[in-house]
Order: sequence, then structure tokens, then C-alpha cells
Amino acid sequence: MKAKVHVTLKNGVLDPQGKAIGNALHGMGFGAVKDVRQGKYIELELDERDPKKAREEVERMCKQLLANTVIENYRIDVDA
Amino acid sequence: MKSAIVIFPGTNRERDMALALKRATGKEPALVWHSGQDLPKVDLIVLPGGFAHGDYLRCGAMAAHSPIMAEVKKRAERGVTVLAVCNGFQAATEAGLLPGVLMPNAGLKFICRDVHLKVERSLRPFTGRYNAGTVIRVPVAHHDGNFYADKETLDRLEGEGRVLFRYCGPDGSPEDVNGSARHIAGIVNERGNVLGMMPHPEDLVDPLLGGTDGAGLFQGLAESLAA
Repeated sequence: MKAKVHVTLKNGVLDPQGKAIGNALHGMGFGAVKDVRQGKYIELELDERDPKKAREEVERMCKQLLANTVIENYRIDVDA
Repeated sequence: MKSAIVIFPGTNRERDMALALKRATGKEPALVWHSGQDLPKVDLIVLPGGFAHGDYLRCGAMAAHSPIMAEVKKRAERGVTVLAVCNGFQAATEAGLLPGVLMPNAGLKFICRDVHLKVERSLRPFTGRYNAGTVIRVPVAHHDGNFYADKETLDRLEGEGRVLFRYCGPDGSPEDVNGSARHIAGIVNERGNVLGMMPHPEDLVDPLLGGTDGAGLFQGLAESLAA
């Protein structure tokens, strides 16, 4: 079973890397870009068949290691 | 004072730290590998600088879960003094020993130079040898030193006098180095026995290396924790 985790910065947390990307895009002529936020994408291959259990397990991973919940949110997608 | 320095794979500032401690206490600190739980009985535990576990995922994130950290947390809760410098500070926040997070520097560059710090408070066991308001010069060497915490946490840190070091100019006026909230360079936990700071006081304890402004921290620790 595969789990996909998106880790994103919480609203209001300054994102210097997103800002740098935004500036670069402006410099390249992509004037429509208003704001850029950069995050992380993590794929996990799990030895688990029960999607509910898999999600709970990944939830614990996110809280303990994959995300720092002081500054980050996470979203979990589990593929059967 | 007996001390131990925790070494993670990727730690690289333990030697300067050991020299600074030896100079202040006359005793060789124990160097302890991160994978065990056999931390000797000491008065001071140091989490030194470096790039523990390659700083993958987030700086200090994996070091915070090293086997020895459970014991470090237990000792800290019992009141043992912990000094966490640079990568050690990052690991200490990740481990929940200190509030906040060290984010990438606002300028996205690795900063390696001397900075000025204002000692905000003279507080044993860490800054008792400095007068409040003293400006010292010590080096920083980090990519992720941008201290962030929500407004309530920052207000609480300030209100409780837990900001011990702030980045400043030579005259003591606040100065931005890496984007840190309220120019914070070093904080203590609620109990006052865990100090986290990004700059490296251990690198300025010998006149040969350009000054001794960092020596007071180690002399203060040696005095306060003399057994």
C-alpha cells in the first residue's frame, strides 16, 4: 500500500524559498504569479493492507517526524 | 563540573566545544555517541554543532529521535543543565526541549561570520559571568538560524526573561542577521536549565583565535555547576 504525504508551511509562516521562487518567476516574465509557497512531498511504501490502519500509522509518522507541526501542516493520501 | 558532549553522525563542532570546556573546568568532557543510552552522570550535557544525519528532512529532526535523546530529555526534566549550540539548538527545538523552530535564513544563504550579541540577562548557570546589556562578538555558521515561534510564544519568552542573547550591532542596537523573530539568538526553557543558541561561543575562548568573548559562558557554567 502506498501513502503520499504533502507537507506544507502553515499560513502566516514566512517562506523565504517560496519568495525566491516567486521572484525568479517574475524575472522570467511570469507576471501572473502572486504568491509561491514551497512544500515537501513524501511517498511511503507500506507493508499494510488495511487503509485505515495505514493512515493512522502515517498520521503518527507525520506528528513525530515527517512534519514539524509548529510551522507545518500535512495531508495524507492512501492508495489501495 | 563534569560534562558530556553528545555526538551524532554529522556532528563536527565537538572538538572546539571540548577544548572550551577543558579550558574552563580543567576536566576533559566525555564524548558520547548518539546511539546508546549510556550517558554518564554529568552536571552538563552539550548538544554541539554540525549537520547531524545530514540535516535531511529538517535540521535536527532526526537527531531529535536518536536513542540518546530520550535520556537527555529525562535528565533535562530532572534539572540537569543542557547547552545546545547551533545544530544542537535545532535538535533541541525538534525534540521539544525548547520552543520554536530554526527555519532557513531569510536570505537563503549560509552565514559564516562574526556577529555581535547582546546579553539580555545575567542568568546562572549560563550568563552569570556577563552583565546584562554587555555586547559580545562571536561567530555564527549556519544556514537555518532563523528563529520562528508564534506571537504568543515570543511574548511569553520575552515576558519571562527567557531571551538570553539577541543579535545586535557593535553598539548593542538590534540588528538582523538571519531573519530571526525579534533578533533572537538564544533562549532558555521555562526552568532555565536548557540554553539553545545559534552562535558559537566555544569558538571564541582563546586570544589566538581573535578574542575571548565566549569564555564567560563556560567559566560561568564551571562556577555554577562546580561539584
